[in-house]
Amino acid sequence: MTTSIVDAESVLVIDLGSINTRAILFDIVDGQYHFISAGVVPSTANAPYRDVSEGIHLAVKKLQETTGRALVDTDGRLVIPCQSDGSGVDRLAVTYSAGPQLRIVTAGLLADVSLESARNLAASVHGKIVDSIGLNDHRRLEVQLDSILQAEPDMIIMAGGTENGAGRSVLKMLELITLVCRMLPQEKRPAVIFAGNRALAKKIKESLEKWTTIQIAPNIRPTIDSEDLGPAQEILAQAVTQIRNAQIGGLQSIGSISSLTPIPTGQAFGRIIRFLSQVYDPARGVLGVDVGSSSTIMAAAVAGKLKLNVFPFGVGSGASQILQGCSIADIVRWLPMHVPDAVVRDYLYQKSLYPAMIPMTSETLSIEQSMARQSIRMAAQNILARWPSMSMSFEPILASGAILSQTASPVQSLLMLLDGLQPVGITSFFLDQNGLIAGLGSVSQINSVLPVQVLESGALLNLGTVISPISQARYGTPILQVRMEYEDGNETRAEVRQGSIVSLPLRAGQNAHIHINPLRRTIINPHGQRGGGSFKITGGVCGAVIDARGRPLILPPDAARRRDLIKKWTIMLGG
Amino acid sequence: MIAPVTHILPLTNIRRARRLPVPGRVLVKVGQKVNTTDIIADAPSNGQHYIVDVRRVLGIPRNEKVDQLIQRKPGERIQKGDVIAETSGMFSRVVRSQADGSVLMVGGGLVLIETQNPPFVLKAGFSGVVSEVLPERGVILETQGVLIQGAWGNNRVDQGVLLSLAHTPGEEFVRTQLDVSMRGAVVLAGYCFQADALQAAAELPLRGLILGSMSADLISLVNKLNFPVISLAGFGHMPIDSDVYKILTTNEKRDTSLNAAVWNPQTGDRPEVIIPLPSVGNVAPETDIFKPGQTVRIQGAPYNEFIGVLVQIKPGLSGLANGVRTPAALVQLENEEQVTIPLANLEVLE
Repeated sequence: MTTSIVDAESVLVIDLGSINTRAILFDIVDGQYHFISAGVVPSTANAPYRDVSEGIHLAVKKLQETTGRALVDTDGRLVIPCQSDGSGVDRLAVTYSAGPQLRIVTAGLLADVSLESARNLAASVHGKIVDSIGLNDHRRLEVQLDSILQAEPDMIIMAGGTENGAGRSVLKMLELITLVCRMLPQEKRPAVIFAGNRALAKKIKESLEKWTTIQIAPNIRPTIDSEDLGPAQEILAQAVTQIRNAQIGGLQSIGSISSLTPIPTGQAFGRIIRFLSQVYDPARGVLGVDVGSSSTIMAAAVAGKLKLNVFPFGVGSGASQILQGCSIADIVRWLPMHVPDAVVRDYLYQKSLYPAMIPMTSETLSIEQSMARQSIRMAAQNILARWPSMSMSFEPILASGAILSQTASPVQSLLMLLDGLQPVGITSFFLDQNGLIAGLGSVSQINSVLPVQVLESGALLNLGTVISPISQARYGTPILQVRMEYEDGNETRAEVRQGSIVSLPLRAGQNAHIHINPLRRTIINPHGQRGGGSFKITGGVCGAVIDARGRPLILPPDAARRRDLIKKWTIMLGG
Repeated sequence: MIAPVTHILPLTNIRRARRLPVPGRVLVKVGQKVNTTDIIADAPSNGQHYIVDVRRVLGIPRNEKVDQLIQRKPGERIQKGDVIAETSGMFSRVVRSQADGSVLMVGGGLVLIETQNPPFVLKAGFSGVVSEVLPERGVILETQGVLIQGAWGNNRVDQGVLLSLAHTPGEEFVRTQLDVSMRGAVVLAGYCFQADALQAAAELPLRGLILGSMSADLISLVNKLNFPVISLAGFGHMPIDSDVYKILTTNEKRDTSLNAAVWNPQTGDRPEVIIPLPSVGNVAPETDIFKPGQTVRIQGAPYNEFIGVLVQIKPGLSGLANGVRTPAALVQLENEEQVTIPLANLEVLE
């Protein structure tokens, strides 16, 4: 169902995070949708409350105080729809990232075909694959059975068989999964999603529905060399919500008055990135990165095709999980001051215990920002390895997460993104300071006008346009001559050397024409305009930036030199 | 604003639910006194499974019926060597069970057997009295006494007489502090950065160890120890906070329970030190909101584990020394100094 602007509906989004609960209000101002305000309070999803309702009540109350608009009635119930006196809201949408990591078993046929697609599907939710069954799994049936029972999965994702292809092996797998469900007590039985050969769907549903909840999704591997996760991701989101309804107190209750079924934050985040990829340049694609407490989300979409990955590490409760994918040295390398490895490791583990803790010193702030850089780096490398045809050349890049917005200056936010993502070509960076992106993704399902107008209204902070050329020249060699022509006729010139990062003087919102003359076979954009040229850019809060530090960004092995360089980069951007 | 609550109480009424992960048997009654390591409930745990392919073992062709040769039914208990299936005739062939267990399923020529595993057992976790039985699920235990919540535990429980090795709250725990007189005791020590000290504690062995804080490098070693270890402040070089130090050192020689549970934000399980006392205390609230006059503890450098009194909740956002702006409060430390601390870094001590 699509709602037109004529309906002029106000929308309240409730975002249930693991640290905070947000109540976000969108409404029409001067004929356009705008972000009005947000009420943010600590989450009550965890003990001692174990019910999100209290957090929702307090967040909405805070929103009422800041907007002066009555959103709840005298009994404390949300007023839906909007009343003639202006109280209430017309629509309610709910997103959530609270809840423990989901335990998922994947089952498929060939390891690098359907099983890989099942893994990719599982990677789009905040979960952990606790076991995997495939044709090349030579464990005896009873060993597989014991392994799955021991793993206590919340969910089994079953794939396999191209459309009207293999059947017998999938049905053999079904026997095992049925056995698992029969042997577990009812409250411990995993939900099952079948996303394989559709010809088998009926039989699979009949076999499993008397034991557990089974959902049939379109085949994620319809042919051997094509993967289609999109429709299955929507089914997966519904299945996750069913599991979360039982795990998160109050979710089902708020879901019952919501205009849409609550969806996981990652799914909502992916949805808006996919939507925007159809609005912006379809050739470039749009990237979204969300560095959260328990997970890091990366969503890349090109012409409506979404690649979504929710990584099980973050900068709060998931901080110690970063060390599952890298060494402590990989985090320490980003620090601008000397901090012993042991101190950094202790900080990561302490942050996992106290995820809401805010750094109070420059040293601890730097440790957290190093964690964020490494989280983004690992996520970016993973996503590029999974989809080798993709390059880090998106326009725009949207970023969210408290670690990125709670900084001493916007330069710190931009540098975390540049160091972590290492984009190439010309990219605009937008920072979601108010945690709106996932909410917009959720709303996009019922109102396609709202997200576009809210984004156009400047609800996200424009950090700036960044030009990241590629050059094989030696460090310190001039690689670009830049001339920037302002609208008032003034101009500025700069020579950019390999290894440097340069801030061009351009105020936030100010337009200019930039003329770039590449030297020594420097490439401006390997996937677009390779040579120089002129184009219009708009300044962000960090102006416009030329990042000529090289790709990949190689940090000096000498610790003292590296730290000096990291400090210098911040100073060069005015941070 | 909602405030996280941590209990550091010299005398309180302690009431805790102890629950099984799956339905099982409750082994205690209302009014019964229990000790920390007493088993209060148990539940069947999944045994190992094995499948007997009767058709294959007996060499029965595919076109012949096989289920009628199987002599066992689902639910039947069997012992190692018991006959599962047998062919008829003078020279019958048999299939025997390879282990003790029970038959779960029979069909298609297959028999699924589950071996018996020791049941999952639920320990009391502290000395107290059963105040309520949750049928098939667990119990509510109650006691009066000292309650101190920590930040990290190695998931073990035990009890013993409390001895303090920490002469000051900021002392390091080292091997030379231990001697044989401490065997079987619950020991309070400062911060621990040396594996050697933990190995010495294991050699004695202790019945429990309460540390001010510890290095994250020691996690895997501590997880292997057979006695409970609680890190009060978590990871890093942090002293025991002054209130905790005072309470524990004034209760030396008392019988002390350590429930070194892993901190689970969803369930609220936390590592706890409990010292039963013969007096009656009040029930401490589990929830609160920030307000002036509260005793608070600070998380994060440079005031890690400092205790103070909340003076004022600052309006709007406050700037910190590192440039970050956040909702904050003015806190008066024990040395009278007033500092601005993010609300997110405060715990109310109740």
